[in-house]
Parts: sequence; C-alpha cells; structure tokens
Amino acid sequence: MDFGQFLYMRHEIILSALALIVLIMEISSDKKSKANIIPVLVALFFINTVAGFLPVETGSLFGGMYKTTALIILMKNILNAGVLIVFIQSAGWLKSNFTGNDNIGGYFFIVISSLIGMDFMISAGNFLMFYIGLELATIPLAALVASEKLKERSAEAGVKLILSAALSSGILLYGLSLLYGTNGSLYFDNIASSFQNNSLQVLAFIFIFTGIAFKISIVPFHLWTADVYEGAPVNITSFLSVISKASAVFILIILLFTVFRGIEGIWNSVLYFTSVLTMTIGNLFAIRQKNIKRFLAFSSIAQAGFIPLGIIGGSALGFSSVVYFVLIYLFSNLGAFGVVAAITNKTGKESIDEYNGLYSTNKGLSLVMMLSLFSLAGIPPVAGFFGKFFLFTSAAKQGYYLLVFIALINATVSLYYYLLVVKAMFINKNDVPIETIKNDGYTKLGLIICTIGIIAIGFAGIIFDYINSLTFGIK
Amino acid sequence: MDILTLLLIVPVLTVIAIIISRTQNQIRMSAAVGMGIQLIQTVNLIFAYLAERRNGNIDDMLFVKSWMWFKSFNIQFSIGVDGISVALIALTGIVIFTGVLTSWKVDNLSKEFFISLIVLTTGVFGFFISLDLFTMFLFFELAVIPMYLLIGVWGSGPKEYAAMKLTLMLMGASALLLLGILGLYVNSSAAPGGLMTFNIIELSKLNIPIEVQRIFFPMLFIGFGVLGALFPFHTWSPDGHSSAPTAVSMLHAGVLMKMGGYGCLRVAMFLMPDAANEMGWIFIVLTSISVVYGAFGAIVQKDLKYINAYSSVSHCGLVLFAILMSDKISTNGAVLQMISHGLMTALFFALIGMIYERTHTRDIRFMGGLMKVIPFLAVGYMIAGLASLGLPGLSGFVAEMNIFVGAFQHADTFHRIATVVVCSSIVITAVYILRVVATLLLGPVKNNDFNLIKDAIWFERATVVILIIAIAGIGMAPMWLSDFISNSLNPIINKLSMIK
Repeated sequence: MDFGQFLYMRHEIILSALALIVLIMEISSDKKSKANIIPVLVALFFINTVAGFLPVETGSLFGGMYKTTALIILMKNILNAGVLIVFIQSAGWLKSNFTGNDNIGGYFFIVISSLIGMDFMISAGNFLMFYIGLELATIPLAALVASEKLKERSAEAGVKLILSAALSSGILLYGLSLLYGTNGSLYFDNIASSFQNNSLQVLAFIFIFTGIAFKISIVPFHLWTADVYEGAPVNITSFLSVISKASAVFILIILLFTVFRGIEGIWNSVLYFTSVLTMTIGNLFAIRQKNIKRFLAFSSIAQAGFIPLGIIGGSALGFSSVVYFVLIYLFSNLGAFGVVAAITNKTGKESIDEYNGLYSTNKGLSLVMMLSLFSLAGIPPVAGFFGKFFLFTSAAKQGYYLLVFIALINATVSLYYYLLVVKAMFINKNDVPIETIKNDGYTKLGLIICTIGIIAIGFAGIIFDYINSLTFGIK
Repeated sequence: MDILTLLLIVPVLTVIAIIISRTQNQIRMSAAVGMGIQLIQTVNLIFAYLAERRNGNIDDMLFVKSWMWFKSFNIQFSIGVDGISVALIALTGIVIFTGVLTSWKVDNLSKEFFISLIVLTTGVFGFFISLDLFTMFLFFELAVIPMYLLIGVWGSGPKEYAAMKLTLMLMGASALLLLGILGLYVNSSAAPGGLMTFNIIELSKLNIPIEVQRIFFPMLFIGFGVLGALFPFHTWSPDGHSSAPTAVSMLHAGVLMKMGGYGCLRVAMFLMPDAANEMGWIFIVLTSISVVYGAFGAIVQKDLKYINAYSSVSHCGLVLFAILMSDKISTNGAVLQMISHGLMTALFFALIGMIYERTHTRDIRFMGGLMKVIPFLAVGYMIAGLASLGLPGLSGFVAEMNIFVGAFQHADTFHRIATVVVCSSIVITAVYILRVVATLLLGPVKNNDFNLIKDAIWFERATVVILIIAIAGIGMAPMWLSDFISNSLNPIINKLSMIK
C-alpha cells in the first residue's frame, strides 16, 4: 500500500495533529501563559483552513470505507472556515470565562474532535464509518454545551442534548441494522446497487432519515433545539446551529443522492412534508420568541426548512444550490450569533426588548446584525437573497411550484420577525439602551469576516459556478 | 464607461461620499451633488437616446449590454432601455433630486437617512434599466426594503405600523412575482432540457403555452399590481404615504408606484399576451374599482397626506386600467400618466411637507387662507391640484385624454361600460381637489398663528419650480414625449394585438 494515499485524509490528519498540539500546550503551560493558547490556535487553524484549499488528489481508502471527492473536500473546507470564525468569535468569551483552573485547551480540543468526526462522517463510504463519525461529532458537543459549570441552564441543556442525541442515534442504528439485514452490506456502493425498494428498506430509510433529521432539527424532531440553544453559551450555540447543522445537511444530501437514489419518489415526498412543516412551525414559533437565542434557534429551524427545496427532485443544480445556501447560511448565522455573543458576554442581556435602541450606542454591531438578519431573510443585495433564489429556482425547475409558493409565503413571514429585531435596534426608543461595548480585536475580526462573506458571496457568481462544476455528473 | 452602467455607479459613489462625510453640510451636499449629477445623466440619456434613434437605430432596446453572472442558471446582468424606460428614468432623476432638496433640513441621523434614500433610488434606476428578470427582481426588492427604515425611523404618526404593513405587503407581492418569474423561466427553454433564460427580449420571442400563461399571468400582474396600488391590495399606500417623511412619500408615490405599472406592462402583458387578453377583464374590473374608490376615498379624508395618497391610488389605478386596455393610444396615455402623476404627486407631497413644517398640522379643517400668508407655496399647490384634475396645458390632461380616447376604441359593451365608469373619476377628482384648494388656500386665515409663518426658502423654491416646469413642459409640448414613447410601445402592442 502506498502511504501517499493517506494524504486523501489530509484534512483529518491535520486536525488530529492540531488536537494533539492543543493537548500538549494545555499540559505544558502554566496558569499565566494559558491565554496564549488562543492566538496560537487561531493562527494554526487559519493555516489549516487555507491549506484545505490546496489541490489534493481524491480517491478512496481502506477498501472503500473512506473516500473523498472534490465536492467533499469543498464541504470540509466550508466547515473549516465556519469553525475558524467560531474560534475567532469565542476568543473573548474564553478569556473572560475560562480563568484559573478551567482549561482553554479543552474547548479547542473538543471542538476539533467534533470537527474530525464531521469530516469522517462526510467522507464515509460505509455506514460503520458514518456512524463512528456521527458519534464523534455529537458526543463532545454535550460537554461543550454544559461547559458553563455554574449555570444550571447550561447543565440542563447538556443533558437534553445528550439524551436527544442518544435517542436519535438509537433510531439511526436501528435503521442501519434493518438496512444491513436486507442488503447484507454496509458499503454505500453495494447498498445503492442492490436496493430493492422493499418496505423493510423503506422503513430503514425512514429511521436513518429521522436520525439525521434530529441533527438538522427538522420538524417534528426539533424539540430539543430551542432549549439547548438557549442554555448553551452563545459561542457554542453558534457552533451547534451552524457547523453541526451544516455537516448533517451535507451527509444527508450525500446519502440521499447516492445510497437512497433508488427510492427517490419516497424521499421526495418525505422531504416535501417535512419541509413545509419545518418552515411553517419554525416561523410561527420564532414570531413569539422574546429571547434572542431562542429566536435564532427557531429562525435556524425555519432556515433548515428551505434546504429540502434544493434536494427535492434530486438534480445536480439543486445539490449545488444547497451547498451554496449552507455556505451563505454559515456566514449569516455566524454574523448574527457573533453580535449576540458580543452583547451577551459583556452585558448578559439576552432579551430582544433589551436590544431596543441598540443603534444609538452600538452602531457597528447593529449594522452587522441587520445585514445578517437581512441575509437570513433573503433580502438583496446581501447573499441570502441569492441562496434562497437558487433554491427556489431549482425546486421550480423540478416542477414543485406549490412548495415554492409555500416557501415564499414563509419567507415573507420570516421577514416579519427579522424586521422586529431590526425595529428594536433602529426604531424603538429606550431610556437605558445597552451601553457602548468595546469589542476586542478578535470579535471585530470575526464580525468583519462575516460581513464580507455576507456581501461578497452573493455577487461573486464565480463561487456558485465553481460549486456547480463540482456537482457535475451527479445523477 | 457606458451610459447605463453609470446610472448605477453614480449612486454607489454618492453613498460612499456620504459615508465618509463628517458634517451635516457635507452629507447633504454630497447627496445633492451626487443626485444632481444623476439628474444631468438622465437628461443626457434622453438626448443620447434621441440621437441614436435619429441615426436610424431601430432596435427595440438601445444601449444593450450583457454580462454573464451565474452561468449555471444562465443569469445575466443585462441592461438596456427603450423610450418608456428612458422617460421613467428621467422622472426618477427629477424626483430624487428634488427629494434630496426637500430633505435639506433632516438632522436626525441624516447620514443614514440619505444613504437609505439613495440605496432605494439605486434600486429604482436598476429596475428600469434591467432586461433580465433576475436583476429586475433584485432591484425591485432593493427598492422596497430601505423603505422600512425610512418610514420607521424618520416617519410620523403610526409609523411603525405603517412601515411594517407596507414592507410586508410589498414583499408578499414580491413572493407572487418571484413565482411568476420562475414560471416564465422554467417554461422558457425551446426544447425540453434546453437552456432556460430570464432575459426579457428572449422571453418575448417565445410562445409560452396558454395553460402556463393562465397560471402565471395573474401572479405577475398582481405581484406588480400591488406596487401599483391595485384594488384590493392598495391598503399599504395610504398608511405608508401618510407616515413617511416628505422625500420618501415623494419617491414612493412618484416613482415606486410607477415600477408597478412598468412591470405590469413590460413583464406581465408583454411576455404573457394570451393570458392578458383572456383574463384582462378581471383586472379591468379591479382597476376600475381602484380608480373610483380611490377618488371617493380622497373626498372623505381630512388629512392632506391621506387625500393625496387616495388620489394616488385613483391615478395609479388609471395607469393599470389603461395598460389593460392594450390599445396603443391608451397605453401611450398610461406611460404619460405615469410620468405626469409622478411629477405631480411629488410636487404635492413636497408642498404638503413644507406646509406641515409651518403649520404643524395636516388636517384641512384647521387650515385656511394660506394663500394670504404663504403665496408661493399656495400657488404651487394650486398648480399641482389643477394638473391632478386634468386642466389642459398641464401634464394630467394629456395623459387622461389619451387614456380615455384609447379606451373608447374598444367597441364591445364591457369595455365601454368600464371606460364610462372610469371616466366618472374626472368629476370626482375635481370635487376633492377643488374642495381642498378652497378650504386650504382660500378664505380667511383661520388660525392667528399662521400670520407669522414664512414663505418658502431657496431649496423649497427650487424643488417647486423644477417640478412645475416639468409638469407644464409636458402639458405644453406633449407630442415630443408622446412620440418618444409611442415608438417603443410598438413591440408590446403588436404582440398584444396579434392575439386578437
């Protein structure tokens, strides 16, 4: 065996090395120098993100257990970029909350482990590998969610996450066992080619879909989302709502387009109904939220409801639209969470009412928040408009006009509650607005990256065309 | 740099200039200079257009440029103009320049105010020069969304309610619009699996099956119609216009509502002529109601802005009505009406804003005799009123004359009755205009405080004079504008009349 082939796993290898470096730094540094871990890690992770874009050969390893394609590498790069922003945004929070004996390195180690799990999951060619990756991605998150030890809600959120994750993996495993029972293999290629479309296999698909739907918080598997998002520290919430969700979307679409291609008719109708439910319920609940984190939780549920519009019908163009949408969603949501984190970590204020008059004291934060929310709502000229437009176009091309119509109505409803926050910041008067927050360099950098992403990705037609060139030939 | 791209670049540069300005004076000077250049550009565009036509260029669209934007979807950034869009661009140039002048005294967050205002204008200019439905839709939404902040932050009265209502109704309309656009796009490939297109010129050469048109024509027409205050979707307009700050009311009633009429003509009617012919009667009924209902609504209102907002509903209903008649004379009248109403309503709202600043009320019951204290503004108001009720020599007459003559060309009973009903609005308009003019301007000065108020100052005079010159110019020399427009109407009318 040629050891050069291991370079197919370049992303995972570099991440593992990073995880080890964090551990060594954590052990070898004393209390005072612990804060140095942050800049070093951010710098190293930046190098990792850039290195991810270097051209690399693609192929499969371990007899097909693990495989990469240019598209999968792009997905990993998107996740890397997201995690980089999360790292930058959480620097301030780490400095203020992880003092003394708390280990900053632990935070980085856990996030990187989770990311390694996601990378393996996306690259899986076999359901065992997929399952291991999934668990590696999920379990560390519970520790992160519960990491604010002194807060009850944080611990409660951690328990809720681990319980729902355990339940969903149970369901998923049951689906896998059914699939193995009916096919005699766990390799994606074997299953795809021997799919007989019998009812047991359809049941297996439903279970597997359910398991992944928990991760994306598709209605009716969304009930854990708001509580966990609210209880977790904001920076962890942004990781959960963006990176974790994006990776699950990626693996879902890969599975649907390869393994379950044989029952396209069935997953089309499953996606149709879950999509309508997810958009509508996410939106209706988001309107009523008073807490900004719960608000963003339901908004992210509603956003997830738009994703099936690209998957449905199973076209290559739809696939590209989903990847593009996720890329834009990542920047927009991280922008919004970045602002929330900056405010919550400094002042502890989380209620939307407390955002009243924010513009009078914090111009920059309000503007970034407004752009992010407009991007989430799909308003031009920010990128969200393009992401949504392409999803709608792909669905319309497949003939799902009614679904597009429902989605458009939902987009209008979502505009209403996004505007409520904009209204709070710009229009509502407040005698005691949130005081002017002096952001450190990290927070500013994080927000600037998000803003550039939100503005530039939409206009750069070349990005979409690049993604589309990678999906060429699917189907 | 070509002439149309500059129309988008100048506003962007103006926004940058405003961002880096420091003092209030710098901010409003950069806005005024930027929009002044824009106004010069639009005038220049008219002459460039005429020169091109004189040189024998008979293409439907001139100055066409296309850049591939999203290759995978065949989305292009495609721009070009014909007589209709040139006329509307000129209108936009005048209204935004005068709008900036009337906002000279905005001192609450003036930087943000002018930025929003100019972003909105960029959307309008972009909309009128777009030849690609994707970019057209993008600019449409870009023109609507700053309105939320403009009304919400700088408005008056129930501004939050009005801003939200306006934004949601227009965005809801844009949802219908998008669905219609996607319907066109998906059915645009000549053969199954062929390349689809958003390009209006290419779409107009296709024969889209009537079954498809039946589904998507109403969506497109209503989608644009909401912006053109089509009954029963007009309710955003009175609330929005009355709560908005002066310049925003001017732009909204003067220009944004014209985007609705232009879209109905250029997209809905032009690209789906069969369905327009077949289903037009539904919308003729609705627009007739708009015209008459708007006029009656204006009679009972007491707030000056509400009166003018309802009058806008009536006049814009007339635009849509004329477009639906799909006769060459009436459609010509529709475009003239768009220009005429745009100028006239901008003048109205500008004057109402100026009067309100002085009297601190917009309720006509408490006002009277303004002619004695502020003669300049009062005369301006009277001219606007006379243009609105269609006095010969001013722009309103030419437009309405064309519309009614054109509409009467239809020989069947339905069109005749509709035309007669709509004609009755002339009388009702006269009633509410004369009533306002009489109570507001004539008679004794009702309130002693009014004796102290001062007449217009330089920037207010400039606004009023520019708009009155434009209104009178069209009224005196209508054929010039009319020729200009009517050649460009030929492709649309030919397509509509081929069906009959």
